[in-house]
Amino acid sequence: MNHQFLVFLKALLGSCKDLLPIILVIAFFQFAVLQQPMPNIGDILIGLTLVVLGLTFFIYGLEMGLFPIGESMAQAFAKKGSISWLLTFAFCLGFGTTVAEPSLIAVAKEAAIVAASGGVISDTLESQRSYANGLRFTVAFAVGFAIVVGVLRIIRGWPIQYLILGGYVVVVLMTIIAPSWIIGIAYDSGGVTTSTITVPLVTALGVGLASAIKGRNPMIDGFGLIAFASLTPMIFVMIYGMVIS
Amino acid sequence: MDLFFEFLTTLKNTVIDVLPILSIILGFQLLVIRKPIPHIKQVGYGFFYVLIGLALFLLGLEKALFPLGKMMAEQLTAPEFIHAGEHVLTSIHWSDYKWVYVFAAAIGFSTTIAEPSLIAVAIKAEEVSGGAISANSLRISVAIGVAIGIALGSYRIVVGHPIHYYIIAGYIVVVIQTFYCPKLIVPLAYDSGGVTTSTVTVPLVAALGLGLASTIPGRSPLIDGFGLIAFASLFPIIAVMAYAQLTEAKARRVEQKLEKRNRIKKDKQNKRNLN
Repeated sequence: MNHQFLVFLKALLGSCKDLLPIILVIAFFQFAVLQQPMPNIGDILIGLTLVVLGLTFFIYGLEMGLFPIGESMAQAFAKKGSISWLLTFAFCLGFGTTVAEPSLIAVAKEAAIVAASGGVISDTLESQRSYANGLRFTVAFAVGFAIVVGVLRIIRGWPIQYLILGGYVVVVLMTIIAPSWIIGIAYDSGGVTTSTITVPLVTALGVGLASAIKGRNPMIDGFGLIAFASLTPMIFVMIYGMVIS
Repeated sequence: MDLFFEFLTTLKNTVIDVLPILSIILGFQLLVIRKPIPHIKQVGYGFFYVLIGLALFLLGLEKALFPLGKMMAEQLTAPEFIHAGEHVLTSIHWSDYKWVYVFAAAIGFSTTIAEPSLIAVAIKAEEVSGGAISANSLRISVAIGVAIGIALGSYRIVVGHPIHYYIIAGYIVVVIQTFYCPKLIVPLAYDSGGVTTSTVTVPLVAALGLGLASTIPGRSPLIDGFGLIAFASLFPIIAVMAYAQLTEAKARRVEQKLEKRNRIKKDKQNKRNLN
């Protein structure tokens, strides 16, 4: 008990250290640049305490729950030897975690407003909603596709740089032909897809697969799934923009 | 008491967000793998801690950091702050916004250090590399990348250049670096682009972009407000590869120095032996 408490205390201290830069930056700008007093200091202190506690619990649970489950599933699939089931799982994981992602829902809604005010779609709520949903499903499909390609890469041992750099070339070519109003949204959609729970799970899945398959190096082959998940949405969203206009 | 109810609401939302992931994992575990989850109790507790932690974290951000950070972004981009005394913006010069760039870089750096998904990837990378890549240096490199990215992205909004020139130039740098940097770091570097932008960074950065785009004449918040996240995802890739290149160069220099010293020692010994 005592030992566990010490571990927790140490983790708490680590979280305080992680948060220190934000506090310094905000204090510096508030006092030195904007030269204003700190508003509702009580609320801020409570909020900071919650953030520190939350970060500590999250990291604690990460190593107890998220990492082990990702790796044990990767090993179980590798042992089972069924590539089709593994790829189905990969697609579901990518699609399922993205389609309900709150930041994606927010971006899609905003993008629909842009599109309506730009006259790309008609300015009714109905068409905005269908556009936002279309965008969401496009991105979710893209992430599912990305995890499938990423897992296939781990199994086959393809070098990552050709796939990613090839993807960049496609992004650049698409940028030239895609309608200009979709480009900003497409570029941003790559960044919003990877949530705080998906990232540890997908990382553990990749590393677990690469260590379970003979001849794969977990460092070289295990990482990279998230890279695919941030690249393909850009391409798919630009295609969506071209199809719609 | 209010705080407790707020916490319950946040926890409920977090659980709803996690539900699809949980059902996919359980579904495949039960129907396809058909084996009990190893250490199920511990994993269950782990999930529980993750949910509690995430809910506390989000609630704390909503209470303390987001309102303050967003207010600061608005104040720093407000015309009254940029042009003290001048009420009508007649012309803007990019250097008028110097505090905005400093704020962008500082907030990009500091929020990235506290980003939970980056912490997760950094822990895993340290573990897998056997300590060759330290979690903290990785996080600092990524944070420097985000800082540069967001500062440059703010500059772009101020001057109004099209976004794709910057992104394509960044891609070219990534391509060149990929061929020269140590192979072990490449996948991790690509990954670090995607993990930087989640819970902490996005809302603050979005507020900054929106503030800039809505106060500068000729910029549309709906079009120019987007795009900062893309910068924050690209520059960490460059920064992490640069970090690996620097570490490698340093190791090589140390090795050369050692070799030189050994050679001199050997020469001396040889001479002594000859005498």
